Amino acid sequence: MTHFRYTLLGRLLADPMAVVAIVIISGLVLAAIFADVIAPHDFRAMNMADRFAPPSWHYWLGTDNLGRDTFSRLLQGGRIALYVAMTAVSISALIGLVLGMLAGFGPRWLDNTLLFFFDTLRAYPTIILALALAALLPRGLSTVIIVVVVTSFSEYGRVVRTQTLSLKNAEFILAERAMGASFGRIVFHHILPNVLGPFFILAAMNLPVVITIEAGMSFLGIGVPPGTPSWGATLKDGFDFIRTTPWIILSGGLPLILVTLGFTFLGEALRDQLDPKLRKGR
Amino acid sequence: MTKTLEVERLSVTYATREGGLQALREVSLEVPAGQIVGIVGESGCGKSTLIGALLHLLPENATRTGGSIRLADEEIATASPRRLRDLRGQDMSVVFQDPMTSLNPVISIGRQMRDIQYRDRIGHAEKNDRAAAMLARVGMPDPKGKLSAYPHELSGGMRQRVAIAMAAMMMPKLLIADEPTTALDATLEIQIIELLKEIQKEIGCAILFISHHLGVIAELCDRVVVMYAGEVVEEGAVEEVFLRPAHPYTQKLIECDPGRLKRKVASLPSIPGSLPDLTNPPAGCIFRARCPYATDICIERPPRVTLTPPHWAACHHAQEVHG
Repeated sequence: MTHFRYTLLGRLLADPMAVVAIVIISGLVLAAIFADVIAPHDFRAMNMADRFAPPSWHYWLGTDNLGRDTFSRLLQGGRIALYVAMTAVSISALIGLVLGMLAGFGPRWLDNTLLFFFDTLRAYPTIILALALAALLPRGLSTVIIVVVVTSFSEYGRVVRTQTLSLKNAEFILAERAMGASFGRIVFHHILPNVLGPFFILAAMNLPVVITIEAGMSFLGIGVPPGTPSWGATLKDGFDFIRTTPWIILSGGLPLILVTLGFTFLGEALRDQLDPKLRKGR
Repeated sequence: MTKTLEVERLSVTYATREGGLQALREVSLEVPAGQIVGIVGESGCGKSTLIGALLHLLPENATRTGGSIRLADEEIATASPRRLRDLRGQDMSVVFQDPMTSLNPVISIGRQMRDIQYRDRIGHAEKNDRAAAMLARVGMPDPKGKLSAYPHELSGGMRQRVAIAMAAMMMPKLLIADEPTTALDATLEIQIIELLKEIQKEIGCAILFISHHLGVIAELCDRVVVMYAGEVVEEGAVEEVFLRPAHPYTQKLIECDPGRLKRKVASLPSIPGSLPDLTNPPAGCIFRARCPYATDICIERPPRVTLTPPHWAACHHAQEVHG
């Protein structure tokens, strides 16, 4: 039995950066799950009498220009951020994994075609592609997810392809074939586990990117529909009143910074632990 | 004497930009049951291609252009992929050169050793026991505990022991060792060679041992096959070939062995010239251009001159070289 200290979680807990990340992310997850329970007010309820109320016991983080409780909206924003990040990353990662392995294993022409496809998508700046897609598709979270998937699956594809290609010719794969392993066994049993390390690290590193893309699109007004309490939308709402009521923009910006940092720390801690070349001692 | 492996007139060509590279040209050799046969030759002589051809694991641009391979009297040159998969690991297995890269880094030793037994309908625990017994057999300390270890937790010598345990696991008829000691240091080299000898005695398999180290071949093997530029130039019992070589290339190769040097020299001896262009091999004797014995007759294909059977050499001047 491996001692807890030597398991992945145990090693992560020994890394202060990872602990900070885990605390932030658990906070986000808890806030997202229990948003309706924790929230002191209905995040949609407008109270014109209390517009621009400063933080107080009643409104923990004040209210916005329509008299909505900023703290309740912050919690809902966490839910949206987490939802978009999880869905978009899993969809694009899965597509990238499948296409990447196809490119790595397939014949030369398939590899070249897929690579050309990946490069074409990568060549577009995310925000330009987002604007173009947003013009074509109805406004909403699903559009945000589609934009993220379209712009990021090629990254997974490339990483997985490169890994697969180098593994395909690795001596231990030749050794496995020499031991009579079947094609399926080699792909799922020997190549896949070797690909997954860098793949998960990339996914963890991509979570904060996705959250900022969503916030960015919402800030530009091409993300979530008006009235949705996304952090990006809160930033946009608060931007106009930044001099008089800074708590609005802060309650959109601060959680965004914290969560982005949290996921980035986690991604880096994971990379340090999963990549044996970077690991300091066992 | 029964033969575990019989290769006859095996030819392999690689498709390259410059045309077909004839990596193996009509290679014939045999591995008698229960013997250790060494293949020796410099880099690029076709040793690795030969292993690839035996296992049908050649790179995509290589094709077998002719010849037959018989493993225990079964023709496998034309065997179906299904049959080949059955043979690999079960009837013939390989120990590769570099133990640092020949084990899957993310799967435990135990799981890799259980995987090899996938054909056997026995329980998980039993497979584990067999794996541990095999690890103990190759001199691994704490074999049971090592089952849960990952390759990076073991040293190079230990990994090569694991690789040998894996190759010997299914009691193959033929064990191919592709320079198994090249990546190891000299003390380990001796241990691994002793281990291969023991394993051979124990499971009674034949071993095809590829090396460019003459001393190792002399130490370990019963027979030796000398290859040059994709052809077998000489074959015979180790003492016969090494003490009285009948092919000029073998003779030169032995002269160049740094282990023979008695005193300091400014430069190591070498064979003048370089390997012929295998996309367009010269007619006649392949070693002609570098051979001190070469005469006009060497423009013709050399005969197979038998000396004391099974010792033979592919040279017009074999008797003269043999002395």
